[in-house]
Amino acid sequence: MSLLKSVFISSIGKKILMATTGLLLCLFLVIHLIGNLILFSGPDAFNLYVETLSRVKPIVRAIEIILSLIFLIHIFFGSKLTLENRSATPQKYNINSAGENSSFFSRNMFIGGSILFIFLITHLSTFWYIFQNQHDEGNFYNIVMGNAVGFGNPIITTLYCIAMILLGFHLRHGFQSAFQTFGLRYNKYSGLIETVAMLFWLIIPLGFLSIAVWFGIVGGGY
Amino acid sequence: MRVTLKIWRQKEADSPGFFERHPVEKVSEDMSFFEMLDMLNDQLVLAGKTPIAFDHDCREGICGTCGLFINGRAHGPLTGITTCQLHMRSFKDGETIVVEPWRAKAFPVIKDLIVDRISFDRIMEAGGYVSINTGGTPDANEIPIPKANADEAMDAAACIGCGACVATCKNSSAMLFVSAKVSQLALLPQGQPEREIRVSNMVTQMDKEGFGSCTNTGACEVECPKEISIIHIARLNREFIKSSF
Ligand code: HEM
Ligand code: SF4
Ligand code: FES
Repeated sequence: MSLLKSVFISSIGKKILMATTGLLLCLFLVIHLIGNLILFSGPDAFNLYVETLSRVKPIVRAIEIILSLIFLIHIFFGSKLTLENRSATPQKYNINSAGENSSFFSRNMFIGGSILFIFLITHLSTFWYIFQNQHDEGNFYNIVMGNAVGFGNPIITTLYCIAMILLGFHLRHGFQSAFQTFGLRYNKYSGLIETVAMLFWLIIPLGFLSIAVWFGIVGGGY
Repeated sequence: MRVTLKIWRQKEADSPGFFERHPVEKVSEDMSFFEMLDMLNDQLVLAGKTPIAFDHDCREGICGTCGLFINGRAHGPLTGITTCQLHMRSFKDGETIVVEPWRAKAFPVIKDLIVDRISFDRIMEAGGYVSINTGGTPDANEIPIPKANADEAMDAAACIGCGACVATCKNSSAMLFVSAKVSQLALLPQGQPEREIRVSNMVTQMDKEGFGSCTNTGACEVECPKEISIIHIARLNREFIKSSF
């Protein structure tokens, strides 16, 4: 089979695209989280961080374009595979005790991912869009804390927390699943992969949650 | 004991199917599930009705012919056994037992509980063999094979092609079956010459048959009567990636 055909046509190839883009998105999450954690160092540090990013705009733009492509591939093939898999199973069982043999998260990746997608669009149309059009350099921190789109708004904080819990669920299955898809699971290492995967799906959402809880619920920051 | 069966009936491939209720009296808990079905079929025949069609052959868990979806589980509520190895003691007195055929686009129903698994045969034809004349039985240890490889190949070779993995998979994916067939040969010296073409052809055929893709839910390894591990699916992926370059 030609390489192109194996990757884009075969079932395993499409899964490899999912796993590659999924892990790249995970890498992005790590970087994004580290950036956001600067909020804990106070307004000056955070504003300086955002300003520094806007000084290297062309680089940021290039990364944003690559990131959008990664998202598009992940979502496109995720939806395509989901549709194909549904048509492979046209008739459902009258009774199916799927809970006895697989986890809830593993069976609902598309639904979880789709809700994450809605979050993503909302997230971009608020923070990202407003940051783009913000020229007062001392104001970024205030936007994050404010009650327009920031953690000053209890609805925003609640939705944010729900989205992060869903992200945890998506990663709980997705992160370790990607290693299986790459064929990187051997009896010898499966314990190691499981441990790393568990740390990952717990730490990343908890990191984001800590920000929402501290600034939005506990009321730190001011 | 007494049980009520809610069982799938379908006259032929194209006719619409439906559930039929059959109370079965005087069931011994030492009966196998199939003996209970045999008893019910005898009664149906005596009453002038069509008996329920279901696949079976060896009735000792080695041929892979049988397979029913019982109360929402492939091969019934226990793990590590085929339907023919299931006994009535696994059910409660008075219980209603729902019996359905394997459901997958690639396994169409032929009649009642019998499905057509010829798609598996076509995947095997695409590469699940070694095309050399093996001759007579060679001396043991003539070809040295590491113990670990021999063990893993043997585990994979335990697959009896029953299709429970497909039946239980939410995507009707045949990856566990194909991975077992690819693994058993990829691990042994005899499988090496055709190693790459085999995985490529078998995966192509698998996709062509209309099986879904694997989302690593792991349901298959739980329901597989031979407890084939999804470690073999990881190897299949690896073999496929290597064969693509
Ligand atoms: C920050 C965002 C996201 C991250 C980090 C992420 C990560 C991952 C990872 C690592 C996988 C596993 C790949 C594999 O099984 O080999 C995956 C699978 C998947 N993702 Fe995402 N994803 C994200 C967003 C989304 C979105 C927005 C959708 C929307 C449709 C989505 C839908 C799916 C689907 C359908 C799968 C396949 C599930 C499966 O194979 O069981 N994901 N994701
Ligand atoms: S892998 Fe297991 S469940 Fe699938 S066909 Fe082989 S024996 Fe049956
Ligand atoms: S009839 Fe042979 S395995 Fe069940």
